[in-house]
Amino acid sequence: MQLSTPHLLGIKDLTSQDIETILSTATQFKEVLQRPIKKVPSLREVTIVNLFYENSTRTRISFELAEKRLSADTINFSASGSSVSKGETLLDTVNNILSMKVDMVVMRHASSGAPHFLAKHLPNTAIINAGDGINEHPTQALLDAFSIREKIGTLEGKKIAIIGDIQHSRVAMSNIYLLKKMGAEVTVCGPPTLIPTYIRETHNIRVEYNLKKALQWCDVANVLRIQLERQNQVLFSTLREYNRVYGVTSALLNEIQKDIVILHPGPMNRGVEIDSDVADGKHSIILQQVENGVAVRMAVLYLLGGGKKTS
Amino acid sequence: MEVILTHQAFRNCIETLAQEILGRRPDMSNTAIVGIQQGGVVVAEALYEAICRSVKGAQPDYGQIDITFYRDDLHKQILQPDKMNLPFSVDDKHILLVDDVLFTGRTIKAALDVLLDYGRPGKVELCVLVDRAEHRQFPIQADYRGITPSTASREKIKLLKEGNTGIQVVRFDDKMQ
Repeated sequence: MQLSTPHLLGIKDLTSQDIETILSTATQFKEVLQRPIKKVPSLREVTIVNLFYENSTRTRISFELAEKRLSADTINFSASGSSVSKGETLLDTVNNILSMKVDMVVMRHASSGAPHFLAKHLPNTAIINAGDGINEHPTQALLDAFSIREKIGTLEGKKIAIIGDIQHSRVAMSNIYLLKKMGAEVTVCGPPTLIPTYIRETHNIRVEYNLKKALQWCDVANVLRIQLERQNQVLFSTLREYNRVYGVTSALLNEIQKDIVILHPGPMNRGVEIDSDVADGKHSIILQQVENGVAVRMAVLYLLGGGKKTS
Repeated sequence: MEVILTHQAFRNCIETLAQEILGRRPDMSNTAIVGIQQGGVVVAEALYEAICRSVKGAQPDYGQIDITFYRDDLHKQILQPDKMNLPFSVDDKHILLVDDVLFTGRTIKAALDVLLDYGRPGKVELCVLVDRAEHRQFPIQADYRGITPSTASREKIKLLKEGNTGIQVVRFDDKMQ
């Protein structure tokens, strides 16, 4: 059972069958992770480079752990402290790494489309996008979907609100593609300056500027971080004001009188987009997301890592 | 396609295997019957029921394992895994590993790898419905075997479970090879 694509560049390129295959394979890997020996020999012939041109905590550790649990050999590369600072191009860097017989590349890059560029030039190497600029973060959307299904059974027909900085969020884009493909209804909510004006038409989703209404509507709320590092203009007045208008607080959740599931891809800015008592409260599945991330990434690596030598 | 075990012959075979196992090992305490996905699980379920009907004293545990992640041909093809379920500790347990067809021995080798990742069983025995002994590629033999037909290597032996015919074992030419 192979995926319809040799790379994982974005959810946009996957079919709903691909998504189903990844999620059901991840269920089996989650079982592996409960065992005394949390390791299988599936990718012992495979060497993977983790190419991180941008900072990461969860994604990088999660990928590395997933690779080790699959018995792959791994190399970690950070742009800082490498020859990138001496002016080497992305393609040269990767070609040099691949000449040392590396089979797969997991890449995070600040430029949207960087993994697509690599996939175009290196068609025989599986490229996995671990986040590219403001474009996509496919494994995050897959683990969000896995966690939602684990909690409420299905995505089909469910109402998912994505709240916060939609404009600069690759997590939002990947989630929108995935949720629409799997039959969920999607509303994005945030200040008008942080929601692209075209998004309603291009993605056939609802846009809501009132947080309380969005929370009243949804079954699941995926709360996103304000991506200050990607904003080069003033898009809202202060973080304090943002928290007052768009912060998910326990007072607000009590007011709407509804059991909704809260997700956050991390890193959280407590007291800005989400309050601590919500992040650590009964609605939150934030730590389950992190746990499921390893199983989902194992599934992606497994499905893209084998079966190539005959093709 | 030729039927080599009809549903009734399958039931008889399971009954005989159950009696043989209980004859050699009447005490089923600290024992688990473990089927290998997918055909082995069908055989293991039937065997478990037959043993539970006849056993005097403690009943065995039951589980199923999937070897997909342990296959030695992942570089050729990717398969989607089946459900694993071992709801007991395998440490010091007597495991009766059950498969439908014993062919090259590679599946059993992988199944042993799976079991050892769950713990350290006291003893592992192998029970198969069909033993194709002449095609073995590994030094693996069954402790209990149902039938031992003579087969050509290009032939396939498959256990089928269908609504109208029940469980059958068939033999056919594999044109892919």
